[in-house]
Amino acid sequence: MKKLILSFLLTVMPVIGLAAGGGVQLDDADIDLTDQASLQHGAKLFMNYCLSCHSAKYQRYNRMARDLGLTEEEVKDNLMFTTDKIGDTMNIAMNPADAEKWFGVAPPDLSVIARARGVDWIYTYLRSFVPDEKRPFGVNNTVFPDVGMPHVLWKLQQDQPAEKFDSDMRDLTAFLSYISEPIQVERQRLGVWVLLFIAVFFVLAYLLKKEYWKDIH
Amino acid sequence: MSAMKNFVGWIDDRFPLTKVWNEHLAEYYAPKNFNFWYFMGSLAMLVLVNQILTGVWLAMSYKPDADLAFGSVEYIMRDVDWGWLIRYLHSTGASAFLIVIYLHMFRGLMYGSYRKPRELLWIIGVVIYLAMMATAFFGYLLPWGQMSFWGAQVIVNLFSAIPVIGPDLGVWIRGDYVISDATLNRFFALHFLLPFLLAALVFVHIVALHKVGSNNPDGIEIKKNKDENGIPKDGIPFHPYYSVKDIAGVAGFLFLFAAVVFFAPEMGGFFIEHPNFEPANPLKTPEHIAPVWYFTPFYAILRAVPSIAGSAFPGVAAMLLSIVVMFFLPWLDRSPVKSIRYKGVIFKASLAIFVVAFIMLGYLGTQPTTEGKTLLAQIGTVLYFAFFLLMPIYSKMDKTKPVPERVTK
Repeated sequence: MKKLILSFLLTVMPVIGLAAGGGVQLDDADIDLTDQASLQHGAKLFMNYCLSCHSAKYQRYNRMARDLGLTEEEVKDNLMFTTDKIGDTMNIAMNPADAEKWFGVAPPDLSVIARARGVDWIYTYLRSFVPDEKRPFGVNNTVFPDVGMPHVLWKLQQDQPAEKFDSDMRDLTAFLSYISEPIQVERQRLGVWVLLFIAVFFVLAYLLKKEYWKDIH
Repeated sequence: MSAMKNFVGWIDDRFPLTKVWNEHLAEYYAPKNFNFWYFMGSLAMLVLVNQILTGVWLAMSYKPDADLAFGSVEYIMRDVDWGWLIRYLHSTGASAFLIVIYLHMFRGLMYGSYRKPRELLWIIGVVIYLAMMATAFFGYLLPWGQMSFWGAQVIVNLFSAIPVIGPDLGVWIRGDYVISDATLNRFFALHFLLPFLLAALVFVHIVALHKVGSNNPDGIEIKKNKDENGIPKDGIPFHPYYSVKDIAGVAGFLFLFAAVVFFAPEMGGFFIEHPNFEPANPLKTPEHIAPVWYFTPFYAILRAVPSIAGSAFPGVAAMLLSIVVMFFLPWLDRSPVKSIRYKGVIFKASLAIFVVAFIMLGYLGTQPTTEGKTLLAQIGTVLYFAFFLLMPIYSKMDKTKPVPERVTK
């Protein structure tokens, strides 16, 4: 019985460790969603490096154009490789069944990945590919062990100084965060006005209450 | 003015409009010493209305179909005008509803609002709480994310743990052997139906309240002290006094509520869990399944009770009992006084321990189990039940203070 418990613990313990974050220290992504240049650069990286295996099937090109301060012409000419309809969402041509054959798992849709994983995780993950002869593509990832994804960004990482690569990945992370909730900057801008309105309303409501209650002792 | 009077008179001849208005608002006398805790009832109604309105509007764009549900939520978030706001009002409203109700119930515990003659009022309240939990559970499946799917799987499996009828019951609830499209469809139907039942129960709750009258922080029956006109000396008309006071309370609540809606709708993963942004995948179990925060105290109780002969039923039974025991509260309290203000140190300590145990269980329910945490959850479970089951003893032993004739400031 004791042996059984021990072997159970030995198999389960690493899993529990993983569930707690794998013990990997995540770096602060420090993204700025109001920085449109950063988002535009992130969009460019995304279209070039991600959007052939990964889709973002809930994000429309024209919405991106509007939110990132680009004209539809600019998007059509520079950022649309998979469709020519500006109102389309970011779909890919790759067949999921083929993808599973090639990578072991179909690459997930990235529309809301930043909300599922968190921006710090993504920023750290993108910068954590390490050589590993045992893996089919010769790379592994310290944040996501035995991930099916090859290091598609290796050329960016190799040809540039580390700071430039980090800043590229920050822009890409910012873009992923943007598509995960396109309204978020506008939401917070509106929120300030809503709170101000409610605060004024509260003061008036409180004064009204005081006026009514002054004869209650 | 006289045209208005004629119109109201015309209505009154056919429907008791003025009578109802007077009985429940203008001439409903509430104790004048309500404090902060007495905002929660009206706030709960506000949130219920919010849930129903935003829910109906969400249902206009949501698709209860396993292939489309996840995408339709993102469609609401991106393509429906103000859809994101409607959705966040609804998701934040769910948590706000439970927060307000927990505070409302805690108020009842503090001031003995469940004591005679308000036993039935309390019982209706517990039924409302159960209906809320069912509604929240059905609703949580609808976004069809990983936590929706696996959370529902875990909870429905609880019913499957019931001896003899369990497995068939599980299939009957799901309409399938696993959580599937059939389950999603029926949960949507039930999630749409239950709020109207909830609204009806709230109506019954208020009718019962207005029959017996509101309790107050002193736990004094204001109807025992009436003036020559038969009006309680410590009572004031609900309208306008408490209607204007509640408006200020609503403003205060809305400030906090809007702060979450606009600045932290996920509330750090407590109001919207992060894994729920991955579409439901029956083939991939998440590393750690945790119910939403408002269920976690009961989930911790479930896990704290060891299974017997491989059956998880004892845990399930303990979890059900932890809610059923609330129904008996009016008869468990043997203290001669109602309010905590006049109760002794034993009750005060018991309530404090109960609150700490409940919050600790809530935290533990969000965490993966370890040996130490399971032990803590077991201690919390014992304390939770001890608060109720030992109450007949300690509430009688407790040294109480004399209760004044009239309410205090």
